[in-house]
Amino acid sequence: MSSITNEFVTEKLNIKFGDIILSSEVLYDMLTVTIQKNSEHDVIKFLKEDPEISCHFLTTCCGLHYPGQPLQFGMMYQLHNMPENYRIRIKTFTNDHEPAFKSLTDLWPAANWMEREAYDFFGFRFNGHPKLSRILNMDSLEGWPLRKEYPLEDPFRGDKDDKMFGR
Amino acid sequence: MSQSIEKIDSYEGPGFMATSLDKAIGLARKNSIWPLPFATSCCGIEFMATMASTYDFGRFGSERLSFSPRQADLLMVMGTIAKKMGPVLRQVYEQMAEPKWVIAVGACASTGGIFDTYSVLQGIDRIIPVDVYVPGCPPRPEQIIDGVLKIQDLVHNESLRRRNSPEYQELLASYGIE
Repeated sequence: MSSITNEFVTEKLNIKFGDIILSSEVLYDMLTVTIQKNSEHDVIKFLKEDPEISCHFLTTCCGLHYPGQPLQFGMMYQLHNMPENYRIRIKTFTNDHEPAFKSLTDLWPAANWMEREAYDFFGFRFNGHPKLSRILNMDSLEGWPLRKEYPLEDPFRGDKDDKMFGR
Repeated sequence: MSQSIEKIDSYEGPGFMATSLDKAIGLARKNSIWPLPFATSCCGIEFMATMASTYDFGRFGSERLSFSPRQADLLMVMGTIAKKMGPVLRQVYEQMAEPKWVIAVGACASTGGIFDTYSVLQGIDRIIPVDVYVPGCPPRPEQIIDGVLKIQDLVHNESLRRRNSPEYQELLASYGIE
């Protein structure tokens, strides 16, 4: 059992950041904090460097796209304090169609490839990233494949028609 | 073994056999194919079974795999080719010396298979010419061997001048290969 509790972290974040914390809830036993855009670097840096919370490991981060939401684009970060086995999820949303987030590469070198992936699939920019280019898709790909409006099928082929492939 | 030592058309007498040069060369070529396995997924696993003792690909003269395209005769593409892999595959094909043949093993290499998506090449014949397609997902070793026997038929019966023919040049030109 972790000695850090969700209540403790929520309280501490509210005292430190106040209005920046938009909401916090427990999803799947994991505290999920939604914060204002452009404060992601400050909040995550605090969670990393605070001596009590000390989430020193960036488990993952990825882009989000919920077309039905008022703020449809977002980033999600998962942090982990391994000695205490405490985990936390941070989300931030925006409606900007070419959003720019603050890069976490100064906190964790591991953020480099994850942010390139978010750029590759969602077109998000990361200010301060040393080399923001496509990482998994081919360089000549046009568009951002994991945005929901992107057609999954290869639109350039003629031999798979509706009759046989149910398109 | 019966098929690989099949007699070719020839004129025979006691102690000699006469035949045409292209038939003799075709016979030699078809029984000494050096394949280059370009295995990217599960079809490659089936190919490993094909190479192993139960199916023993070596029976057909292809004991020796070539992992350098420069010495290979037959490019065996086995598995999903992502679009990002496309230029690599094309470069491997271009590095092979003539005469060369290509076999697309499995649904993905032939058509993209179930991966009808933006990141997957919808069949390697979009970037390089293909001689034989082997269906299956993945095909069993028997099917891979059948495909290679079809290649052997092509190799055996191919005119020695085919690679210089205008049709062949046109085919390569249609892929933008010199």
